[in-house]
Amino acid sequence: MMLNDLTSIKETELAARKKIILRCCMAAGCMSSDAKGVKQQLDRAVADAGLQNEVEVRGVGCMKLCCEGPLVAVDPQDSLYIKVTAENAPLIVAALKGGTADLPQADPNAAFFAKQLSIVLANSGLIDPERIESYIAVDGYQALHEALHEMTPKDVVEAMVKSGLRGRGGAGFPTGLKWGTVAKSPGAKKYVVCNADEGDPGAFMDRSVLESDPHSVLEGMAIAAYAVGADQGFIYVRAEYPLAISRLQIAIKQAKQMGLLGAGVFESPFNFNVDLRIGAGAFVCGEETALMMSVEGKRGTPRPRPPFPAESGLFGCPTLLNNVETFANVPAIYRKGAEWFAGIGTEKSKGTKVFALAGKIKNTGLIEVPMGTPLRTIVEEMGGGAPDGGTIKAVQTGGPSGGCIPSQHLDTPVDYESLGKLGSIMGSGGMIVMDQTTNMVEIARFFMEFCMDESCGKCIPCRAGTVQMHHILDKIVNRKATPRDLAKLEELCDMVRNTSLCGLGQTAPNPTMSTLRFFRNEYEALLQPDPYGLPASSAANKTELATL
Amino acid sequence: MFSCRQGEWRLCGPAIDIFRPKVKPHSFMLPTLSLENQRNAARVLQHASGDKRFKILEVHMKKHQFRQDALIEVLHKAQELFGCLEDDLLLFVAIKLKLPPSRVYGVATFYHFFQLKPQGEHTCVVCMGTACYVKGAEKIISAITQQHKIRAGETTPDNKFSLLTARCIGACGIAPAVVYDGTVTPRATPESALGQINQWVKK
Repeated sequence: MMLNDLTSIKETELAARKKIILRCCMAAGCMSSDAKGVKQQLDRAVADAGLQNEVEVRGVGCMKLCCEGPLVAVDPQDSLYIKVTAENAPLIVAALKGGTADLPQADPNAAFFAKQLSIVLANSGLIDPERIESYIAVDGYQALHEALHEMTPKDVVEAMVKSGLRGRGGAGFPTGLKWGTVAKSPGAKKYVVCNADEGDPGAFMDRSVLESDPHSVLEGMAIAAYAVGADQGFIYVRAEYPLAISRLQIAIKQAKQMGLLGAGVFESPFNFNVDLRIGAGAFVCGEETALMMSVEGKRGTPRPRPPFPAESGLFGCPTLLNNVETFANVPAIYRKGAEWFAGIGTEKSKGTKVFALAGKIKNTGLIEVPMGTPLRTIVEEMGGGAPDGGTIKAVQTGGPSGGCIPSQHLDTPVDYESLGKLGSIMGSGGMIVMDQTTNMVEIARFFMEFCMDESCGKCIPCRAGTVQMHHILDKIVNRKATPRDLAKLEELCDMVRNTSLCGLGQTAPNPTMSTLRFFRNEYEALLQPDPYGLPASSAANKTELATL
Repeated sequence: MFSCRQGEWRLCGPAIDIFRPKVKPHSFMLPTLSLENQRNAARVLQHASGDKRFKILEVHMKKHQFRQDALIEVLHKAQELFGCLEDDLLLFVAIKLKLPPSRVYGVATFYHFFQLKPQGEHTCVVCMGTACYVKGAEKIISAITQQHKIRAGETTPDNKFSLLTARCIGACGIAPAVVYDGTVTPRATPESALGQINQWVKK
């Protein structure tokens, strides 16, 4: 495989393009609403009408507006049919001759779509994820070719530093810096690992990227491997995502057949193999050291850092570990240039971020916006606000490690620093909207129960602390707690946050602390008076207890 | 892990004595395995030789070159073949991958995805991700618990169905989601879930 082979595949693919393309969403959300049946009916209707030479029915990845699935888009008519069923799918084909079918449609120019800026999801919903040719036709694998043949590994790392990309897994560590550290670490064997263990409940961006555009992740990993000098990659995927796993398997096989993975990529001396590792349902495995333990086939328990994975990671070798979305950004950065990427977003947070919008909101689905977009734009303009005339009470970001942002702070721009200031985190991108009916104390208890169940049990603050905090939250919800319990809860939050071994424990109190900060009245309304008449404040409480 | 099987051990005691001379436990295991586990290992290997599924599992392990770091992959395959991971199966995997049984048992119990007990004929998995929770997934669970007297993670006494919960299946756009026998159903309600389950129970 050389560059001219790549361009000839692209030209063949573009030449074979038919006049009309019916794009049928085949991502997990729509699949569960019988998208497969819709596609079959579309295929049959096209065959019955004798339009095979003019119309292509293409199964594509996520088209973002998940709540209205299954979705069918017609190119170049620019119409987007929503909630299509297998019965009314033939009507879409019948209407191709002129006009549009009398079926519910979404406006492709509505704010939900118009305000998006797609880099990671640029191909999502356009290309067929199960055909590598479809990815090559949109300039796929060109960035890898350019990196291998026109850049040294050092140039690749420098361009990444210049782009200002930060890790999309949640913590926001500068990607270029990480690549540079792994590249500098001594060692003959190095690994590149893609973290696709999207454990945050309420987040599904990584699943969509893997289901819709798996090759962009593979290409990003290959470029990263070249930059750091690795020859083996692993993708650690959750077992809960069977469709993403099967599409990745297909993608890896096709890339290997074409010589884009394996030995001598693009006829250069660079070798790169990618293997899948299937997770088995442990949230803590999203933590980097725990994930590597799991890849090695062990219990996924974290270990203290340093040494950081960049120095001693998988099987004791230097390891580069990035999130799916981070890798998916990589091909575009090399194709369009680091300056272009650095021009998007805010001063400290570059590029775009994909969010999974869900919960009590009209338009649920995927959105990709430039960093720095105000939350209000996302929730009210794009998401359409709360359904059924409700009002938005809070937006939860970052899952069990994040916090709840109350409605009065909706003008906050989304970037790593601003969300951090409000006691939440960017997280991997789950955004759950809550309306006035949501009880914030119950939400805090829900997340604490999650952390309690998912604590791996290695360090005591997390193992025992989460159980105690859950116990107190449960007491508060059941109206059995006193102000002293609340003070104890705050004390525990502080202790667990500061003394836990890994990110899970350190961030487990976040949902409780942020709801306590913004919705303290809800907690206090549930408290019972202290039977001994002791004062509520934490400091006073401690001295009182000491004298008891 | 295997000491708790004593009741069963007594039952098949005589049979093992017959098999022991024929099937030798792997020499590498002698120092690490207790005498009881050595006998169990012999029994498992004998038992496995007659079951086609063990053969398929062994082929799968061979595909991974019997690498010890492929343990989780192997357990996935084992669960797919057998439905759940019972002690004998775990011991078989331990022998073949040359791992201590404690390590295999430790991994199998650490991850939620692995089931150590047999499941009912049907499974109903209610997603308990945040989006589903906010949209009322808990009501679905409590409705099922009230009507069928089982809690999440349990199987009905007649073995008709198991009620399970998932952390998040990533179908938040169509919350609340329920998975019936592997098929994801969007926008579930307590009524729709009970309707589906009553169909199973009736049969």
